[in-house]
Amino acid sequence: MSRVLLEAKGVAKHFGGVKALRDVSLSIRQGEIYGLIGPNGAGKTTFFNCMTGLYVPDGGGFTFDGAPLHADAPHQAARRGIARTFQNIRLFGNMTALENVMIGRHVRTGAGVLGAIFQTAATRAEEAAIRQRAIELLHYVRIEDRAGDLAKNLSYGDQRRLEIARALATEPKLLCLDEPAAGMNATETAELRELIEGIRSDGTTILFIEHDVKLVMGLCDRVAVLDYGALVIEDVPAVVQKDQRVIEAYLGA
Amino acid sequence: MDIFFQQIINGLVQGSIYALVALGYTMVYGIMGLINFAHGEVVMIGTLVAITVVGTLVDAGMPVALAGLGGVSASVLVCMALGWSLERVAYRPLRHAPRLTPLITAIGMSIVLQNLAMMIWGRNYLTFPSLLPRLHFELGGTHFTFIQVVIVVVSAATMGGLLLLVYRTRLGMAMRATAQNPAVASLMGVNINRVIAAAFVIGSALAALAGIMVGTYYEIAHYQMGFMLGLKAFTAAVLGGIGNMAGAMLGGVLLGIIEALGAGYIGDLTGGFLGSHYQDIFAFVVLIVVLMFKPSGLFGEKTGDRA
Repeated sequence: MSRVLLEAKGVAKHFGGVKALRDVSLSIRQGEIYGLIGPNGAGKTTFFNCMTGLYVPDGGGFTFDGAPLHADAPHQAARRGIARTFQNIRLFGNMTALENVMIGRHVRTGAGVLGAIFQTAATRAEEAAIRQRAIELLHYVRIEDRAGDLAKNLSYGDQRRLEIARALATEPKLLCLDEPAAGMNATETAELRELIEGIRSDGTTILFIEHDVKLVMGLCDRVAVLDYGALVIEDVPAVVQKDQRVIEAYLGA
Repeated sequence: MDIFFQQIINGLVQGSIYALVALGYTMVYGIMGLINFAHGEVVMIGTLVAITVVGTLVDAGMPVALAGLGGVSASVLVCMALGWSLERVAYRPLRHAPRLTPLITAIGMSIVLQNLAMMIWGRNYLTFPSLLPRLHFELGGTHFTFIQVVIVVVSAATMGGLLLLVYRTRLGMAMRATAQNPAVASLMGVNINRVIAAAFVIGSALAALAGIMVGTYYEIAHYQMGFMLGLKAFTAAVLGGIGNMAGAMLGGVLLGIIEALGAGYIGDLTGGFLGSHYQDIFAFVVLIVVLMFKPSGLFGEKTGDRA
């Protein structure tokens, strides 16, 4: 068994009286595709937000890559190697596809304000490298022909791909996808699946939230189920699928 | 027609200065949604620092050109430091406070800076040293001075440089991304604190340049000079669409020209009842009209969703 990349221990988050997450503990291993499923409002996205530093958990915490994850600022999570996409696509609409990906390179490059103003040789070399890598990533998700278009003018499927390319630009160890297949047709979903498998075989661990149970069961190595903010089960798909509690949670029985 | 072209030239000069100051308002607003009402005071500090430094250097026997260069550099550096400190001390602790709180703080900082300047430089009007030769030109009946040409050229070059910075560099890209969605930008590794600090520092550098231009043009400075200038530049930013950089530039130049034409013709229009010293009303009539009929300004867009 490979080592644990991300471990959540007793993570809790409440909004007023609503307990969005109650003592959620789970662990994601290096190199696996890990699915997080559950009915609407089960706390999946809240879990993502706690992990990436958008929310501060009210209890518990995360260990990432062998060290505690202090989620005090989102750019710190990005620096440690966690990248994500969003359920409702959040691209920089008024920037080109290429620029959106170049933004993702920020976390791995260092030239500062003075370098930008005086355009030192180092800054220019770095910017050329950033551009080059961004073009490669657009090619990787197969939308390189849309590089110069504003993100808001891309088709829905292409916007999803662009979000993945932008997340990959941060060179994540863990890529978190929040409902990447939402609103996709069968062909697009199949292509997405291929893309996700490709990313994993290139060495990135993947955590994803998804409603499409068939996609989750077919793609994931392990699956965790959340219901009412609590972890129901964490296991391989074959076991999860047969679990009575999961069936009840989904069918509301 | 002579007066028309003459006032267009005058308006263009004044408008270039407004544009430089307006950029400071609009950059900060675009990135963090704050109207930094202390920005006019940064301009004032820039002017007064330049006076002191140039005066000291000239007294020390330095040639005027060199002293001028020293004054400009010192003024720009002091204002950059001032802008950075303002953000760090007054606004950053209030980043997540309700929007009215930093606004009131900005007004407070404006008063603090005015009083600080009054304590350092006194209450009297100060003479700004003449840094540039007083040459006059005439072109088809329209007069203009070397100083006016320098102001317009330097403003245009500075704004060109700023556009390059914002649209061609990764810092600029980070600024645009933060303006569109700060939460997502930070998830992509953009350090929001740094981007906001950069907006303040760059805006303050432009303010220092504008302050020196005002000083050179009117040859006079005062600890309250930033108030009206700041309000007008704010008007220019609103006219162009606050948050939009091209809008601030156009708004500044337009406002300068509207004011100049208004001042040039107000006497004729009112039969001599109101004189050109009423020129200030035009800026604020523009502000009211824009807010009533097109609050998003000339280039304004709907504000984007924020995460």
